[in-house]
Amino acid sequence: MKLTGDEMDLASGKRGEAAAMAMRIASEMGRMLGASRMIPVASSHIDGALYHGDSGVHFAERLVAGGAKVVIPASLNVGGLDMHDASIVKYDAHRRDMAGRLMKAYEAMGCWPTWTCSPYHAGHRPKLGQDVAWGESNAVAFCNSVLGARTNRYGDFLDICCAITGRAPYYGLHLPENRRATIVIDTSAISPALKNSDVFYPVLGSWYGAEIGSAIGVIDGLPADTSEDRLKALAAAAASSGAVGLFHAAGVTPEAPSLDAACGNRPPARTIRLTPDMLRAARDRLSTVKGESIDAVALGSPHFSIGEFDALEALLPGKRLGIPFFVCTGRNVVAELERQGRLLHLAEAGVTVVADTCVVVAPILPAKGGVLMTNSGKFAHYTPANTGYAVMYGSLADCVASAETGQVKREERLWQ
Amino acid sequence: MAIALATTTQIAGEAAGEILKLGKPISFWGGVDPRTGRISDPRHPNHDADIAGKILVLPGMIGSSSSSYIMLELMSIRRAPAALILAEPDAILGLGVVVAKEMNYGSIPVVVLPRADHDALRTGQRARIGADGKIEILG
Repeated sequence: MKLTGDEMDLASGKRGEAAAMAMRIASEMGRMLGASRMIPVASSHIDGALYHGDSGVHFAERLVAGGAKVVIPASLNVGGLDMHDASIVKYDAHRRDMAGRLMKAYEAMGCWPTWTCSPYHAGHRPKLGQDVAWGESNAVAFCNSVLGARTNRYGDFLDICCAITGRAPYYGLHLPENRRATIVIDTSAISPALKNSDVFYPVLGSWYGAEIGSAIGVIDGLPADTSEDRLKALAAAAASSGAVGLFHAAGVTPEAPSLDAACGNRPPARTIRLTPDMLRAARDRLSTVKGESIDAVALGSPHFSIGEFDALEALLPGKRLGIPFFVCTGRNVVAELERQGRLLHLAEAGVTVVADTCVVVAPILPAKGGVLMTNSGKFAHYTPANTGYAVMYGSLADCVASAETGQVKREERLWQ
Repeated sequence: MAIALATTTQIAGEAAGEILKLGKPISFWGGVDPRTGRISDPRHPNHDADIAGKILVLPGMIGSSSSSYIMLELMSIRRAPAALILAEPDAILGLGVVVAKEMNYGSIPVVVLPRADHDALRTGQRARIGADGKIEILG
């Protein structure tokens, strides 16, 4: 690992002790991962401000005490509290205090208080080919795959170190040759009707992540107009069940104008023909119960977009939601809903809008437990371990229909 | 006679302990309880196993970029594994150890052992990792 003169100055403390610690951690990680040098990065998305224990608070407050400031735009992922409504998160006093201290420490370093896992909906959209240092697995997969910017899966703490130094180790997905697909996923056996349904994309992602792990694949046969919200759902599920940092979709994502281009005009190492049976098995793995009733619904992992709220509201007229119904989103989307006068309507329909945080990262769901229904592959993956709830996967329409009485209603025809 | 396996060192150090070999890849965030060091994902084949003090053999890493935070937290409350044996270089768990060193929470060895050599390791065996990264199975 060769450091430039500027980088050595940083490491030796010329810009303060915090910047020195950040440079030491970033360069040590580079050495560990076999990088030969550091590169400038244009922005960062920071996942370290969500409370998982006191150690992360001590780390962040040490950076603040050492005078740390970010030198590039650095959006913040979710925190442990809803800053607009203190009653949403049911922490004990110690954890509430520490979760708040952690969020304040990151704001004090000059981070952009987006507090969302969908920063790409909040105006943080790096350009094609730009090197950035992003954390949060879904945001990393979206940034690489859908925006075509270049980032590795930066873990908590390294993300802020890159934002303080403006540099990241040059390895992995920053190198163009490592972004080439080696596995082709042929989806020609999957019906166009399923591919034109939202419910397909989290299942595809969940299957893909478990099958592909950290390799780079290209999915062939998705509709050319596949929406960002569908790609976001695919990315989030794939990054939960696997170590997926980048995937391509031929004719859809920017580095895959064609199948051959995604593979760097070389033959793939392997082609997998996706079958309806494989998809049904992946869908069934997203649920931990086969029961007939549910106790709550949660949507919005990644955080809901305005377009997803449109789709939800289109399903609400004439229905009364009879069980707790949570939708997690960013504060920028809440502000937009408020401007458009929609928040009151959502509340009247029985929807609890959660901002800045989400139901699998903080204690928000009713404590009595039960079965949670979701349309998110990521929620389906993390709900059992993080909340104690059993989980059932369904489409957005299934979730709304089932929430009327708590009796499960799932549309099965698409999966036949 | 003890079997010795050569590894690539990500973080050097010495450790001894009982092997816990995971049956499936895991995300530490959403997979390991940062308050106890137990595997908390009910869908994981090693659900409820305690990773604290173990030489943890991981077939792969998946999921969250917050796993480095869980690793740091486990180091800070002394519930971390004694060592990590990975199948491929990983950027997340080692990061938790690098930050733990900066925070004076100690350090543990992190080594990469090619997947084909994982067959030689079994849960319950005692093993030692040397400063040179060599794994010795003590039986």
